Amino acid sequence: MSSNEAAWWSKTRRLMAVCLAVWFIAGFVIPLFVNQLNAFVFYGFLLGYYMAAQGSLIIFVLVVFWFAGRQDAIDREHGVAEED
Amino acid sequence: MAIQRGRRSDFIDNLGKIYLMYTGGFVAFIVLLGILEAVGVRDDILGFLFVGFTLVIYAAIGILSRTMRVSDYYVAGLQVPAFYNGMATAADWMSSASFLAMAGTLYVLGYDGLAFLIGWTGGYVLVAVLIAPYLRKFGAYSVPDFLAARYGGNFVRLLGIVVLLAASYLYAVAQIRGTGLIAERFLHIPYTYAVFVGMAGILFCSILGGMRAVTWTQVAQYIVLIIAYLTPVVIMSNSVTGVPVPQIMYGEALQQIAALEREMLASGLADAETLTPHLTPYTTTDPINFFALVLCLMVGTASLPHVLMRYFTTPSVRAARKSAGWSLLFIFILFFTAPAYAAFVKLEIYQSIIGQSFGNLPDWIYVWGGNEKVKICDAAARSLEAVTAACQAAGTDVVRLADFWIAEDVVVIATPEIAGLPFVITGLVGAGALAAALSTADGLLLAMSNALSHDVYYKMVDPNAPTGRRLVAARFILLGIAVAAAFTAVLAPPDILHLVAWAFSLAAAGNFPALLLGIWWDRCTSQGAIAGMIAGFGTTLGYLIYTGPAPFGFANEPIFGIATISAGIFGLPIGFAVTIAVSLMTPAPSEEMRQMIRAIRRPGGATVSRDGDLRPAE
Repeated sequence: MSSNEAAWWSKTRRLMAVCLAVWFIAGFVIPLFVNQLNAFVFYGFLLGYYMAAQGSLIIFVLVVFWFAGRQDAIDREHGVAEED
Repeated sequence: MAIQRGRRSDFIDNLGKIYLMYTGGFVAFIVLLGILEAVGVRDDILGFLFVGFTLVIYAAIGILSRTMRVSDYYVAGLQVPAFYNGMATAADWMSSASFLAMAGTLYVLGYDGLAFLIGWTGGYVLVAVLIAPYLRKFGAYSVPDFLAARYGGNFVRLLGIVVLLAASYLYAVAQIRGTGLIAERFLHIPYTYAVFVGMAGILFCSILGGMRAVTWTQVAQYIVLIIAYLTPVVIMSNSVTGVPVPQIMYGEALQQIAALEREMLASGLADAETLTPHLTPYTTTDPINFFALVLCLMVGTASLPHVLMRYFTTPSVRAARKSAGWSLLFIFILFFTAPAYAAFVKLEIYQSIIGQSFGNLPDWIYVWGGNEKVKICDAAARSLEAVTAACQAAGTDVVRLADFWIAEDVVVIATPEIAGLPFVITGLVGAGALAAALSTADGLLLAMSNALSHDVYYKMVDPNAPTGRRLVAARFILLGIAVAAAFTAVLAPPDILHLVAWAFSLAAAGNFPALLLGIWWDRCTSQGAIAGMIAGFGTTLGYLIYTGPAPFGFANEPIFGIATISAGIFGLPIGFAVTIAVSLMTPAPSEEMRQMIRAIRRPGGATVSRDGDLRPAE
């Protein structure tokens, strides 16, 4: 493996770890604290309920689009991206 | 919508215009039927037109997308833009259960039902980050195809096919059953025949054009299903709160529900044992099962072959990643509306049914009571007399909370009547449910028949088959599977639907370790993957049968209290542990294999596999 490819792969793996960390927080950590979060109320919603019903879902959508953009930038930076 | 060969790029270039016109045409069709209703056309004719017309449109798209090219048939010619593949994946993914029963599940389970929402959306993060772009770079025609190339040999291919069939067959039966039920209700034909009408609708969309035809019908089906899902609840939100944005406004409804729950407890209309507080966590399950289910649904999503194969069709790896984002967004639009459905319907039922005397009950309950979908005092709410008799026998002169029952799968389809909307909206919801069932059935049947035609027939039985024969075989196998699934839908007992939930755990434990480690860990060996797939899938299947309901399982007490639906929670770690342990005990993969893995990871350059065959080493 060339040093460029190694650098690219280590950045790719780091991005993967960051995305999975966000995924884990939104999918597991936030719902774990539902009772504590339910102490906060906004716009009629209990925060803990809201996060499980919509909030975590919004985070998932954002993290996937962010990932697609970041990974493409990493690929281009190291010259391993596909031609446009 | 001409999609003939040679003019294909015209079609791809004009996708936006074509589907915009299609959407406009569909909205005009709804308005037209609304006018017909206003001038007095009968309800059953409107329902017939809705379901029949949409079926004809899908069939027409399927026929126009016919093809004689292998890469069109298996991967839509690698031409599906990210945005449209996202829509097709959303339709592929959201089954008749998502469409009809998701909101009902949230109605019944309250907070605990949200595990399904988190699990079925969060899985797409895993799809996007860990799996889909790499399978696209490989250029696979099926998931077993990738496993066979990465782990070398037909035994692992066969294991992949076993997992695929286990996760897809009953799921497909459930969808065909769904199409049959809708065709029965709206086309007025007996269920036994309605199933075959639904099956014919599915085959028209897929048999001539394979993946290419399924892709363009799934996009059309997504448009119908999302319009159908949003319309009733938007109108309901507008009439309850004055703002037509149910996804934001249902907070008000939630507060009123909580207040009404307290009042019902105070007045004796409900007791603490039968009331499931809508907002309180863990009233029907415990935290361990909640999170186990979330994890199984997520990992299952990232392992289900009919979902992963949609990402084989994008023009590039880059597009596959972006496409996962679009898929999730389009799924999200439906899923983040489901809690609003549940809240508005629950509020309406608490306000206009619970605590009412029988004469004051709204008419819609009798519409659904006739089908035993609404019960009051344990008897189907067929008429005022039936309700009065049953409740007097139970010793009550008002409807208490515990006296009222509504089936999960009618919450969405009854909403137009609950909100007092014209029948045309009910017909629209029926068409949406049909689109959801057809699109998922198409994806599942194609996943199975592609595995059998490409992996079994071409790769194992007749590797020298010419293109024409491969495509003919693919179509006969598709036809055979569709007919078998339709017969199963007619003959099998309805409670076979309980088995659908097994698909996620089976796919997760059988496929996920081999897929994930095959891409991310180049030390993973064939022996490791084979042992891991057998151990993970075997453990999960064993647990499903051990605890599953009779006659499918032995209905034993769960181990560690883990519910049957989350069986993958045992199989997944065992699958990973065995794969890793056996890999470390066996010789490392060859340098050639390591190079292939590097090629799969790197987005640039040619796909590893082309037209279903590995490219010769350079």
